[in-house]
Amino acid sequence: MCLGVPGKITEIFEQSGLTMGKIDFGGVYRDVCLDYIPEAKVGEYAVVHVGFAISILSEEEAMETLEILKEIADLDEELGVDLETQS
Amino acid sequence: MKYVSEYRDAKLVRALAEEVRDVVTQPWVIMEICGGQTHAIKRYGIDDLLPDEIELVHGPGCPVCVTPLAQIDKALAIASHPDVIFTSYGDMLRVPGSHQDLFSVRAAGGDVRVVYSPLDAVKIAQENPDKQVVFFAIGFETTAPANAMSVAQAKRLGLDNFSVLVSHVRVPPAMHAILSGEYNRVQGFLAAGHVCAVMGYWEYPPIAANYQTPMVVTGFEPLDLLKGVFEVVKLLESGKVEVTNAYARAVTFEGNKPAQDLINSIFQESDRNWRGIGLIPNSGWSLAPDYAAFDAEARFDVGDIHPEESPLCIAGEILQGLKKPTECPAFGTLCTPEHPLGATMVSTEGACSAYYQYHQPLEVQGLAND
Ligand code: SF4
Repeated sequence: MCLGVPGKITEIFEQSGLTMGKIDFGGVYRDVCLDYIPEAKVGEYAVVHVGFAISILSEEEAMETLEILKEIADLDEELGVDLETQS
Repeated sequence: MKYVSEYRDAKLVRALAEEVRDVVTQPWVIMEICGGQTHAIKRYGIDDLLPDEIELVHGPGCPVCVTPLAQIDKALAIASHPDVIFTSYGDMLRVPGSHQDLFSVRAAGGDVRVVYSPLDAVKIAQENPDKQVVFFAIGFETTAPANAMSVAQAKRLGLDNFSVLVSHVRVPPAMHAILSGEYNRVQGFLAAGHVCAVMGYWEYPPIAANYQTPMVVTGFEPLDLLKGVFEVVKLLESGKVEVTNAYARAVTFEGNKPAQDLINSIFQESDRNWRGIGLIPNSGWSLAPDYAAFDAEARFDVGDIHPEESPLCIAGEILQGLKKPTECPAFGTLCTPEHPLGATMVSTEGACSAYYQYHQPLEVQGLAND
């Protein structure tokens, strides 16, 4: 129950007074409450816990993290660390 | 899938593990608070990739594991009631109470239903006006927004046949309890990313300063976990006591304000018993007085509850980072996921279950294809 899963907002609608969204979890779709991320837009990714989106994933931050990580990896390659053969 | 596969790149995982090796000069004990992270660490064998100096110990952040036995016995008593539809997150069904579990209540004719979201339980209440619908509202800060909304929604809809059995716990008081423990070994924390997505991490700097323990907000994918370890090791090695964020794509310092606001209006802070650990002051939430009418404990007579724990189980010590599951004499013999003696073996997020399931962790080379 406690595992948050990222998914893509494909549709936003109202239901029983709540803002809901149809979210695509890699091909599996679920209706999720978006009341806690009122600024969310279709096409954005959100972390979902037990049917509720709790945060919008920042694309900018996601890219930046990956860039930093890739730099670390490149650096090791430059220094001749062979990544494939390590155990 | 976006925001997942990128963070399982085996080459980057190895490179980052190598970086940790480069900065470490002495032994450090680091605790990941969250059971979801324990699970991922064992699943991907992250701890095997780390240098020997780094010991990861597993924290109490598994909601199923720390829900007190007395609360489970109450749930079983309420669920056995003939007029009740008892609703719960799926992972609570197999948790053994003193004498039975929710599955056996269902087998004996009880109406026990698994819901994905607590709003599903509200819907069941709308559709069954002649039944009492009870939702087992357990969890940490990650499920609190959902559980709080179910109560708000029931009130808005004027439902008088909906109530919640609340057993909510919070991470910061548990950190206090662990760090102030007489035998504490934890020197740095990986703070649970999704707890912080909800609550932010503004509560953590005073705890870090008080106990001179750095903390790094950490995500759940293999790369996120290694990045969290890398950052906390750098802080430890440089003697800096800071709280930093290695999961900025999902977490801000302030957290989710609308969620915090609703939690604070539906719940109030209260003392909580943690299974295996005991009472931690102000460590959880109960319904605020305005919502007392939705309290299942007040609505149903559960009789006398005398919880009986297995005398063999050392889950309490495991949840505080004092012991590893493999140190339990019952591990894998008397106690298995099919026949669990304690809650840390029942939940897939529990440390005992993670150790049992991932005896052979997934080859990290296959991570990217997973
Ligand atoms: S292996 Fe079973 S009995 Fe031992 S600590 Fe874990 S849950 Fe308790």
